[in-house]
Amino acid sequence: MCGIAGILNLNSQENIDEYLLKAMVHQLKHRGPDGQGYYTDASVGLGHARLSIIDIESGQQPVHNEDKSIWVVFNGEIFNYIELTNQLKKLGHTFYTNSDTEVIVHLYEEYGDGFVNHLNGQFAIALWDSRNKRFLLVRDRPGIHPLFYSIYNNQLFFGSEIKAILRGMKQIPQLNAVALDELMTFWSPVSSNTVFQGVKSLQPGHMLVIENNGKLENKAYWQWDFPEDGQYLHKPESELAEELESLLVDATKIRLRSDVPVGAYLSGGLDSSSLVSIINQHSNSKLRTFSIAFEDEGLDESPYQKQMIDHINSEHSRIVCKRSDISDQFEKTIWHTESPILRTAPVPMGILSSLVNKHSYKVVLTGEGADEVLGGYDIFKETKIRQFWAKNPDSVFRPLLLKRLYPYLNMGQGKAPAYVQNFFGKALDQPDLEYFSHIPRWDTTSRCKDFFSSDMKDKLVSDVMTNMECSLPESIKQWHYFNRAQYIESKSLMAGYLLSSQGDRMLMMNSVEGRFPFLDHRVIEFGNSLDPRLKMKVLNEKYLLKKAMNKYVPNSIINRYKQPYRAPDIPSFFTDTPNDYVEELLSESSIKSNGYFDEKRVAMLVKKIKRGSAIGYKDNMALVGILSTQLWHKLFITDFKQNIMNQ
Amino acid sequence: MSTEQQIRDYILENYLFTDDQSALDNSDSFLDKGILDSTGILEVIYFIEEEMEIKVEDEEMIPENLDSVNNIVAFIKRKNESD
Repeated sequence: MCGIAGILNLNSQENIDEYLLKAMVHQLKHRGPDGQGYYTDASVGLGHARLSIIDIESGQQPVHNEDKSIWVVFNGEIFNYIELTNQLKKLGHTFYTNSDTEVIVHLYEEYGDGFVNHLNGQFAIALWDSRNKRFLLVRDRPGIHPLFYSIYNNQLFFGSEIKAILRGMKQIPQLNAVALDELMTFWSPVSSNTVFQGVKSLQPGHMLVIENNGKLENKAYWQWDFPEDGQYLHKPESELAEELESLLVDATKIRLRSDVPVGAYLSGGLDSSSLVSIINQHSNSKLRTFSIAFEDEGLDESPYQKQMIDHINSEHSRIVCKRSDISDQFEKTIWHTESPILRTAPVPMGILSSLVNKHSYKVVLTGEGADEVLGGYDIFKETKIRQFWAKNPDSVFRPLLLKRLYPYLNMGQGKAPAYVQNFFGKALDQPDLEYFSHIPRWDTTSRCKDFFSSDMKDKLVSDVMTNMECSLPESIKQWHYFNRAQYIESKSLMAGYLLSSQGDRMLMMNSVEGRFPFLDHRVIEFGNSLDPRLKMKVLNEKYLLKKAMNKYVPNSIINRYKQPYRAPDIPSFFTDTPNDYVEELLSESSIKSNGYFDEKRVAMLVKKIKRGSAIGYKDNMALVGILSTQLWHKLFITDFKQNIMNQ
Repeated sequence: MSTEQQIRDYILENYLFTDDQSALDNSDSFLDKGILDSTGILEVIYFIEEEMEIKVEDEEMIPENLDSVNNIVAFIKRKNESD
């Protein structure tokens, strides 16, 4: 991993300001503390902050081709670079480094824009073809690495993080109200929106091409795609389980390629346990693992972590996250997420990466992505149950299956109570709706917006549901409802939140690179081609993965109850000791001055919390959403000069 | 694979966590033997609907139809015959 940033002249005749380029890269120093590199000519400036992982000696960027006409800076890893280097050498290309970066320039020479289809990796790339005056920004398929851009005064500014772009544009940003509206519905803005007005996120699997004539084309080179319902891989279950195992083993092995030691996160769930078991069987060195534990017993998975540590005999480090840690680290977290968040769950992930950094590790493998690719989430179960119910909406018994997911639901033997009917029964008459799966969640999340001020509501010119509908592919209509749910989950929550606010940002704040074998595009494409019934057999999640991992992982882990990863929300900020910064940011004057939320309503929420009556999802999400938006405003708008310009 | 075997495998794998066929008799009552609770029966109904492509009505959700492998097999046979 690393950080990249730069400037491209569009119709501007201005010289590229090297000092400004360096200042932009300086904003990314946490992503790449091991060195910086620059390339500038009359049209472009490319900057790179390096975290040395492969080819420590000669892997500095920018990297060029043989005649120095093509230049690249990139953040990430090309895991199949050894095979690609051999192929390219056979085609006559000469390499001057041993790094994975160099394959990019030679592949581009060989295949043009199609070069990206040859890459197996995680990447954010900026490539300058000086001969043809073509500039490319490219982002990996699932969206592991971030890449943002903005056009201002006839120049394009880009960066791994928005703070670098803000430094380049030298303009105090404004909140994009529509993006906040989307975030407080879907957990992340739709499509390329960010909460910074005018700053775009290059979508996962996309390539932005800018030609010499100034023409700008944003094209998808890869998409999450599913077969039409019924057109699945038809092979015996055992054969498919073997195929999945062999794909996962290879995806893991190529992700162990590194010139520095590689560790792994261990949560105690099926995904990370599968991963560490595979590494253990296919690596000669003793594995190094890291985990987080919680003071709150209901959130802690330590006993399962211990089982796995004993099983694989790893050298393990653990850090306990206390409620006060979440409150203490919250401002730093928002500085790195660069976005409001609705749960505190990213904070412990930042604490975990600080543990990795403390032990001088730079790379960890994680099990992220398995739930999306192989069907693990409760939202998929909930969808199945709601579809089961929708077959007979008047059924007294069918909604009782919801108790499997939510044991606290008290439904007796009679008709489902009104709140169950109102919440889970939404859209039961529209089971074919493309986003049927996500309606209850979006409905709950949207309650955060009850706190918007009237000024804010006036700015919401577009309907978020229309924006979401427009972002869905036409082919989704032909997919099974389970696959539709997977698609929406992967495009919204995973790419927009889990891999960014809770993923890349929390890793890179401590200069740690995460690698994700379950998000190898071969694994995703294989998963997408499976019959949904093999991903979730009735309500048995990740069924085929469990089959495939049977000989790697103990039965007690395979058959354990799946515990969603969570961290304490409201209790982290409201303790016996008053928390000054929380009080200040939620004060009537501060809420009123920023103008996003209604100060009277927020005051009522705070009162309710202090009374101890705020226990539901809605109140927790609203509090974290409001507090993080207030912090975002402070960090990037109020303190713009100090945090962005004076660095 | 026969309907009976499909149902046996599903119960063994998902509720008894074994592939030992002797762990389940076709006449074993799921509720009496504690193999399934009332919500578990709904999962079995889900399985039957998904795999056998039949629909179970509320009034059919009774132990006589669903409380053992034998009862389920007989129930599915009756449903298919009546279609």
